[in-house]
Amino acid sequence: MANVTLDHVAHAYPGAPGAAPTYALKPIDHMWRNGRAYALLGPSGCGKTTLLNIISGLVIPSEGRLLFDDRDVTRLSTEKRNIAQVFQFPVIYDTMTVAENLAFPLKNRGMDRASIERRVGEIADLLDLRPVLKRRARGLTADAKQKISLGRGLVRADVSAVLFDEPLTVIDPALKWELRSKLKAVHQALDMLMIYVTHDQVEALTFADEVVVMKDGEVLQIGTPADLFERPAHSFVGYFIGSPGMNFLPASLAGGRAVVGEAAFDLGAQYDAPAAGKRVELGFRPDYATLLPAGGLPVRVLRIEDLGRRRLARLGMGAHEVVATLPPDVDLAPGDAGGLHVPREHLHVFVDDLRIEGRSA
Amino acid sequence: MMDKPWSNRAWFFVIPVLVVVLFSSLLPMMTVVNYSVQDTMGQNHFFWNGAAWFQNLLDPTTDIGGRFASALVRNLIFSFVVLMIELPLGIAVAICIPRHGWKVGATLVLIALPLLIPWTVVGTIWEIFARQDIGLLGAALNGIGVHYNDTQDPTSAWATIVMMDVWHWTGMIALLSYAGLKAIPDAFYQAARIDGASRWSVFRNIELPKLQKVLVIAVLLRFMESFMIYTEPSVVTGGGPGEATSFLSLDLVKIALGQVDLGNAAAMSIVYYLITLTICWIFFTIMTQLDQRKGA
Amino acid sequence: MSLQLNSVGLKYGADVIIDDVSLTFDRGTMNVLLGPTLAGKTTLMRLMAGLDRPTTGEITVDGKSVVGVPVRKRSVAMVYQQFVNYPSLTAFENIASPLRVAGLGKSEIDSRVSEASRVLRLDPYLQRLPAQLSGGQQQRTAIARALVKRADLVLLDEPLANLDYKLREELREELPRLFAATGTILVYATTEPAEALLLGGTTATLWQGRVTQIGPTPAVYRRPANIFAARVFSDPPLNEMTVTRTGGEATLPDGRRVGADHLLPGLPDGRYQIGFRVEHARLAAPSGNASAFQGKVAVTEISGSESFVHVDLGFATWVSLVLGVHDWEPGLLAEISIDPGRVFVFDEAGALVRAPDNLAARAMSEMV
Repeated sequence: MANVTLDHVAHAYPGAPGAAPTYALKPIDHMWRNGRAYALLGPSGCGKTTLLNIISGLVIPSEGRLLFDDRDVTRLSTEKRNIAQVFQFPVIYDTMTVAENLAFPLKNRGMDRASIERRVGEIADLLDLRPVLKRRARGLTADAKQKISLGRGLVRADVSAVLFDEPLTVIDPALKWELRSKLKAVHQALDMLMIYVTHDQVEALTFADEVVVMKDGEVLQIGTPADLFERPAHSFVGYFIGSPGMNFLPASLAGGRAVVGEAAFDLGAQYDAPAAGKRVELGFRPDYATLLPAGGLPVRVLRIEDLGRRRLARLGMGAHEVVATLPPDVDLAPGDAGGLHVPREHLHVFVDDLRIEGRSA
Repeated sequence: MMDKPWSNRAWFFVIPVLVVVLFSSLLPMMTVVNYSVQDTMGQNHFFWNGAAWFQNLLDPTTDIGGRFASALVRNLIFSFVVLMIELPLGIAVAICIPRHGWKVGATLVLIALPLLIPWTVVGTIWEIFARQDIGLLGAALNGIGVHYNDTQDPTSAWATIVMMDVWHWTGMIALLSYAGLKAIPDAFYQAARIDGASRWSVFRNIELPKLQKVLVIAVLLRFMESFMIYTEPSVVTGGGPGEATSFLSLDLVKIALGQVDLGNAAAMSIVYYLITLTICWIFFTIMTQLDQRKGA
Repeated sequence: MSLQLNSVGLKYGADVIIDDVSLTFDRGTMNVLLGPTLAGKTTLMRLMAGLDRPTTGEITVDGKSVVGVPVRKRSVAMVYQQFVNYPSLTAFENIASPLRVAGLGKSEIDSRVSEASRVLRLDPYLQRLPAQLSGGQQQRTAIARALVKRADLVLLDEPLANLDYKLREELREELPRLFAATGTILVYATTEPAEALLLGGTTATLWQGRVTQIGPTPAVYRRPANIFAARVFSDPPLNEMTVTRTGGEATLPDGRRVGADHLLPGLPDGRYQIGFRVEHARLAAPSGNASAFQGKVAVTEISGSESFVHVDLGFATWVSLVLGVHDWEPGLLAEISIDPGRVFVFDEAGALVRAPDNLAARAMSEMV
């Protein structure tokens, strides 16, 4: 049980002599608070695994300090850090029963038998492992095995943090929700700091109180799932979160309006014109943009995608393509003209990929 | 499941192999079977002898039966002893082999070196190595006051042959085990460190169970090889002193080629073969059963 | 060209893998095989490709049986879930490999490869080896190889399953358009309803080695012929309950009795299975609504644009769709109400007896 502080932590591999080092992880300052669940989310190669390895002690950062509460653990070995970790593939001890597997970390630390039994029972109840406690672990299914790995990670009440490294990779898609609900239940029941690495947005948004979105070794935004969806701080966050991702249109700012080719969006707020050479984009989510037969901004229907519970319209707007939602009662076909409607509060302005706030008019 | 395209033509490719096996194994074996049930008065004149050779052989009170029984016991003890030494030693060596860097290649070559030496050369090396006058081992041991004479003293002879086998074959078990260890994902070691497991516990709960399949192969190979040992003792001790290192294969050659006692030799070959086969089958069954029971 | 499967079956020993499947595929069509893992999609594709022989039934091309004709002699291209490329060949050579086998001239090979690599955006990577490519680039290489071959039959076996979801989103939009231009028979196996809907064309739903329904994709989605097709075509899973009608009353799985004409209007007495999709399960805080179902939230899965709230009702776990990001904490009390006009009613054996009228109307118009 601890707060984990990243004090200007960064990791670089030495480049060619004289050249700048290449950062696998660019400097980050952040505090992870006890009792909360965080997800590190990003495409492969974004640095999330490096960051996890720094916390677990497999990688010693080339810069900065890592603190567990006030204790500097930057150079401490994994076993001295008092953390637990759940790996991508189930790690179980083949020769032991499920109960012995769960008891293993406690036994190694010399806990007395009665306490071990009590704690193993608690964790088994939490994860629905009670019926298989006496079984040998190796004969069980992949998801049961992963639950055992999970249980071993959670069995010690005194760990500083529990780390999850894409733990649902090998789980059958149809069973994922069940393990996700177990993870959530665990997070509610136990007062622990949990850090979860994944490239899957559903996993991250479902599990975490706060999501850390990373790309190219850089942290782009740390926020609640709603923050990331409603107010993405970086255009990549807008693209990466939500399916389909946010629409982006190159725009120029003129007072309270964003001008895209022939069309102008009323932003409902004042923006200063950015310095010359800066790239300005207007962003809005397909979920909040509606295509109606008339009104709004003129668009051409390119394609209609029927996703069953909703329909998306791919629209031509000048030379650009945007995606909008087609309401159930509207019938438009490719080639038709229509009007695009986006409420002001769902329009975002990005300057050189960073979202800027306007002043209310 | 069915990963290969379905075709009858595959059988054509197997025919050459079947022909080679027919001539190299089946036909010679049939002649042996033939000899084992016949006797001769010389001049290539054979007559039916039923199971008499086999009755003789399996009766320890007869001359040939006694020789066979004691040689069989010797073989079993030898295989047991070398397995008990080579298996743990091989695993221990494998654990000590570095996992990364340039040292890996160098170490592996060094360990594999004895495996590349022909059996007769191994025998000759140890024959010379063990000599009391000029051999490094023999002379040194006697120099420090240890009584050692592999041509006179049965204990010395046994020790020499066991040492030689260990030297020759531990590398193989080490290499097999190393391959098995390399296949264990890093996550297991990390998890064990995080769980606070001791080195012994890592070995007992991760490495050994994961090595099981490889070790079944290693034990089988080593058992078969050691049970059929011939060349090395034939070069180093010639089966002596007395009958001390006279293993089944050595005895067989003596009877067949030395005494030209074809009936006895043939019967002995067949029984020898069946024993090897049976023991291997027992080993294999026990070990795979063990595997399945744990899985259940 | 037209490929036909007539009562095709496949058994391994006593196990029935494919059970009496009859399908027809015509030139220039998009055909989706939709089913969960182990439903028999891959096996069916292997039979079509000629990699396996059916134990019963016949496979014909333009009326002539092709059972026993080796794969080499057929005009087939296949893309797998795993990224399969020749590891020692560059991306260019990988794409060109079927053309080299066919003995095409250098200029023809160059032009076909460069065309395929342009549409799949592989130009910058053509000289790299597969190991130097990302997963998405590797799979695009495999797809390009299938594309340049211009085979009569192209089989895509969950080609996007192992890709990151963003890449999947982009490729699943491009793929059908890419192959549509070639006039081939395209067969696409997937586990995901959304993918099937995006691909359009004709969908055959598979369940335990049997085809449970065939039809235009949106029509199958809107009017599944049986509960098996409905389950396969619902993600998250179909919400289900069994209701017994006796006289004017219907007994719900939680023991409550309600007026039968509300849920099962005009149907005779008997046991019925009711199924409805997540968007028709309306979630609310407990309000004491007598016709709603009370339960506890098990988990909320958030996909960004949508949140799926799993509610444990005791007799089943139902999922409800809430638009946007809304985290219903596990353990919260919630109630789900259903609109009887929006549910599918199946009989005990699973056959559809009633579909929502408005949806059925749309499905009919799409079939015409």
